[in-house]
Amino acid sequence: MNEIFLIALPLVFAAAAFAWPSARTRPWLLPVAGGLHAALALWLLVNPPMLAANVWFGFDPLARAVLPMVSLLFFVCSIYAVTYLQIRAERKNRIFVIALLVMLGLLSLALQAQNLGLLWVAAEATTLVTVPLLHFTGTARAFEASWKYLLVGGTGIALSLLGSFCLGYASLHGGGNGDLTFTALVAQGASLTRPWLITAWVLLLAGYGTKMGLAPMHTWKPDAYGEAPGMVGALLAGGTTTMAFIAILRVKQVVDAAGGGAVTERTLLAFGLFSMLVAALFLLSTPDYKRMLAYSSVEHMGILTVGAALGGAGIWAALFHVWTNGLTKGALFLSAGNIRRAAGAQTEDKVAGMAWRAPASARIFVVGILAVTACPPFGVFFSELKIILAGFQTNNAFAMIAFLGCLLFAFFGMARLGFAIVDGRPRAAARATGKRLIESPGVIIPPLLFLALSLWLGLATPPLLRDTWTAAAKLLNP
Amino acid sequence: MNGTMNLLIGLAMGFSLVALASSRLPSVIRAAAFQGMILGTLPLVLEEKFHWLVVAVAIGTITVKGFVIPSLLRRALRAANIDREVEPLLGFVPSLLLGAAAIIGAAALGNELPLRPEHAKSLLVPGSFATVVCGFILLMARTKAISQVCGYLILENGIYLFGLLLINTTPLLVEAGILLDLTVAVFVIGIIVDRIQREFDTLDTRKLNSLRE
Repeated sequence: MNEIFLIALPLVFAAAAFAWPSARTRPWLLPVAGGLHAALALWLLVNPPMLAANVWFGFDPLARAVLPMVSLLFFVCSIYAVTYLQIRAERKNRIFVIALLVMLGLLSLALQAQNLGLLWVAAEATTLVTVPLLHFTGTARAFEASWKYLLVGGTGIALSLLGSFCLGYASLHGGGNGDLTFTALVAQGASLTRPWLITAWVLLLAGYGTKMGLAPMHTWKPDAYGEAPGMVGALLAGGTTTMAFIAILRVKQVVDAAGGGAVTERTLLAFGLFSMLVAALFLLSTPDYKRMLAYSSVEHMGILTVGAALGGAGIWAALFHVWTNGLTKGALFLSAGNIRRAAGAQTEDKVAGMAWRAPASARIFVVGILAVTACPPFGVFFSELKIILAGFQTNNAFAMIAFLGCLLFAFFGMARLGFAIVDGRPRAAARATGKRLIESPGVIIPPLLFLALSLWLGLATPPLLRDTWTAAAKLLNP
Repeated sequence: MNGTMNLLIGLAMGFSLVALASSRLPSVIRAAAFQGMILGTLPLVLEEKFHWLVVAVAIGTITVKGFVIPSLLRRALRAANIDREVEPLLGFVPSLLLGAAAIIGAAALGNELPLRPEHAKSLLVPGSFATVVCGFILLMARTKAISQVCGYLILENGIYLFGLLLINTTPLLVEAGILLDLTVAVFVIGIIVDRIQREFDTLDTRKLNSLRE
């Protein structure tokens, strides 16, 4: 029953953060909770518990394949948070710290949820708890971003509830007894009523696709990532989106078991490629480097979705990509946050010469861009290569050519903007802010750690992780 | 039993149209509140035998949808001191026509989808889909934050209506839908809090446009 501590531990720390009197020392609760959570998640990764039948949540192969990544991501971000909250000491941090910890608990719950209803409750609660994180800086732009996030995300989550109801009715109409655990739904298989099943798939894909940020439901993403503090962006891009992706995979497993495999694969492939195309086009034109990261996230969600459409090997590669993308994005978001503070602006017409103003962060940012656009030997290169191989094996050559084209344009777009802000002479506005940004170890070591993890995943993917992904892919695609 | 229920669902669908046609915010809020209260009574009509859990759900729904959220919305309206006109992006007559089309479409879709014998003659499925679509229209075709929240409320009412199909077998999943009301509350509290912190004059979402390409 150790897996329950993954959920309970952050919530206990959240309660402690609520009661903690000192705003100066409160942020230290984050790395302590994050460290314990990561240690427990890695321990469970090595010693997976037995999954009891018909439980509402559990550390099943799919949770085992991604939850340690989310936990690691949170841990490294929480180290950054301590320095970040010291820099932003003028803002009250109680709600921010509580919301971060509750978010970790809810993500652990959602990734482990074995029941359609529980999964939805956790996803909905995650949406709500993200709002104070986005609103942390308290500016008018932050209010606008949180409003749009809540409106679009709230509508998406409402649609996924309607989809869950439809799936429940498909089960009921097909003779089910109202048991909505995924194992029961998969066992019911072909007796799920088909028209309801397809309606449910469409609604759930639209709903959780909105949370994941697939085009055309991605509109909240650039606003939210553009205005959120860097570490919140990293957690959204690697944590919340992973949760939504896992939700889609679990629903896909049910629809596939009921004989809808052709439908799910077609729709996922189409959505994935469309997201990559939209993201590549926006990456070519956006002038804002934080919004650029959002479009890059839309692109990588597209890549995951394409992977999920390509059978067992594709799902394996997509789970690999969840790790590589999540950790590499961490480096980018944290270094972009540093650059944002050094430059005081986030568009290319106002920001230049960051190699001089914030040398370490600018270097990490450039290496991060290369890593996330699949330069070997970083992890993203290998996971994308596996997806392309899976695509050719499953006779999707045309889709893979489009896939490669989108990757190329995304690379052009990101490299263009990345070098535009790093090179050149610092702009007058940035010079006016006075002395160089102090790049203390607290804001440099976390993104470096992310780059190291990305490199490690690429050069020496641990056999343990490979086996975990194989087990999860086998569960989803027997 | 089905007769009473269908009458109530028909009334609820009528209130979606009232919300689409209203030109003033207080009447949009009132339409959404009445709709919520009607939906709250439905579990009582649906259930043949008396069960305390069902009564609790009904009372909870009526309180939240009919009183708590509308009063929060009215408070936001006062706090934000906004002008009460609705300012549609899409005119009232086109909105109404779209709403009517949604009802016809939902009825057609409801006939296509297979239903269990005990639900066969009820308006639950078409009523639900029509309400969801009317909520969507209101959400997209109005500019003021408060009317968008009302649209979300009506969208959510439609989902609640669908949930009634499952209330006997998976009551917990259906009750989890109450979390959507929490989303609405966060919306409204967001408006109030923001209002307290800062001047935000018209609450016109068209002015929320500094974030764009």
